[in-house]
Amino acid sequence: YIGAGGGANDVQWCFSQVKGAIDDDVAEADIISTVEFNHSGELLATGDKGGRVVIFQQDTENKSLPQCRSEYNVYSTFQSHEPEFDYLKSLEIEEKINKIRWLPQKNAAQFLLSTNDKTIKLWKISERDKRPEGYNLKEEDGRCRDSTTITTLRVPVFRPMDLMVEASPRRVFANAHTYHINSISVNSDNETYLSADDLRVNLWHLEITDRSFNIVDIKPANMEELTEVITAAEFHPHQCNTFVYSSSKGTIRMCDMRASALCDKHSKLFEEPEDPSNRSFFSEIISSISDVKFSHSGRYMMTRDYLSVKIWDLNMENRPVETYQVHEYLRSKLCSLYENDCIFDKFECCWNGNDSVVMTGSYNNFFRMLERTQRRDITLEASRESSKARQVLKPRRVCAGGKRKKDEISVDSLDFNKKILHTAWHPQENIIAVATTNNLYIFQEKVN
Amino acid sequence: MSNETEIANQAMEEATTEEQQEMQDKVVSPEKAEEAKLKARYPHLGTKPGGSDLLRKRLQKGQKYFDSGDYNMAKAKMKNKQLPSATAEKTEITGDHIPTPQDLPQRKPSLVASKLAV
Repeated sequence: YIGAGGGANDVQWCFSQVKGAIDDDVAEADIISTVEFNHSGELLATGDKGGRVVIFQQDTENKSLPQCRSEYNVYSTFQSHEPEFDYLKSLEIEEKINKIRWLPQKNAAQFLLSTNDKTIKLWKISERDKRPEGYNLKEEDGRCRDSTTITTLRVPVFRPMDLMVEASPRRVFANAHTYHINSISVNSDNETYLSADDLRVNLWHLEITDRSFNIVDIKPANMEELTEVITAAEFHPHQCNTFVYSSSKGTIRMCDMRASALCDKHSKLFEEPEDPSNRSFFSEIISSISDVKFSHSGRYMMTRDYLSVKIWDLNMENRPVETYQVHEYLRSKLCSLYENDCIFDKFECCWNGNDSVVMTGSYNNFFRMLERTQRRDITLEASRESSKARQVLKPRRVCAGGKRKKDEISVDSLDFNKKILHTAWHPQENIIAVATTNNLYIFQEKVN
Repeated sequence: MSNETEIANQAMEEATTEEQQEMQDKVVSPEKAEEAKLKARYPHLGTKPGGSDLLRKRLQKGQKYFDSGDYNMAKAKMKNKQLPSATAEKTEITGDHIPTPQDLPQRKPSLVASKLAV
């Protein structure tokens, strides 16, 4: 049982809530494509293939009572992106939300960035719980009052009303990406953010939409010479001049924006040497990094490739300090995983609040928690069968071969259509959000 | 040791290393076994999987249409999928069908709320 405490404070995970439809017939628009807690953990945002964003808010009313678990309820939902058509290339631009990133809260309103393949939008989510009443020139329903009938003047006052949460697009950052945006990351300076596509990384100012600076460009002069693409990028949590980007070849480059305007030359290159005798047709494909995340401390970064999670010390470039196998049993299934395209699935990963545990998804609606200090790991499942209130999740085991034990599931029985690509961990508490294809599960630490 | 013995010893060492390598190859890694399976099924598969072909396919992700009319036709077809259509025998040949006003989709499709927000 694994959680933030580690060691003596073993955590048991319980089902808390599940959002979404139960029916098996999943509409494409309902496929969840991103999940993200805000900086306080009070808000949880999801994006889907239909371009919609749903934000849940933690119910803090009963938080003080230890037995009560805070629930996440719908706070706001809006259509962030719509499908578009690129007339020049005759290509459809999907409305699917690739990433959501929250801005740190500066005032009463909340802000988030959401992006599809081509356009990033800044959304303001604000609450309205009072409205002005008692205008002189118009009635409450908006009709104009006949000015000849007005004999006295009154001062309009604010009166409470039912809470209304409004989402409005404040900025649209468009036309800066020829290729498909895979990442956005807000800088610690709270003024700028980066967006990355397959070949380029751009730097934006949150206030300026008509201009963006290109800071990385790996497009070769001759596209025939293309050997790798950018797969993810992120700003360092504290150093506003530092960011990293990962590649399809399994390397991570760290760049310092103080060094030059165009950061094509990295300041550090993180790459694990490969044994050439082990190289196969699949080697490069499975080494492609699908996600990169800095630790909260800023000392480490984590990368996810097809079969493993690696933790890198930012001061050591030649190899990761920790490597965890997510589902090593898939190594002997690579042929069929290539044929059904699953080998190209992009799994994300996340850190818990104090960087002691990392989490990532797998197939069959399994997800993995990897505890760093004691090198323990656990496999859990997000399923409707284990969705009774406060039901403790049982560890799952996959049988790689040979005799299958009672509670184990064999590799050949795994459902590769049930993939958990997106997971998120509350920044302070042991609350996790796990997205299956079209459902969002929230699990919490068991409270005795 | 005489030169001859040295050379003989060296040769023996090399032979042993080669034997070892052969043994290792016989105990094939699961990855290499999978590679062999794939090559057996697709003998024409290129030797450079991570090469520009794969990457360029990735860069061009997104369904290509002949033109915007073709795109709108496809959208309309998707929307009308649920309705049983008497003219369903129309074959899907790009560019053959001249759109009529009935075929064009509504200007703004009705937005369906996410099922997560229920």
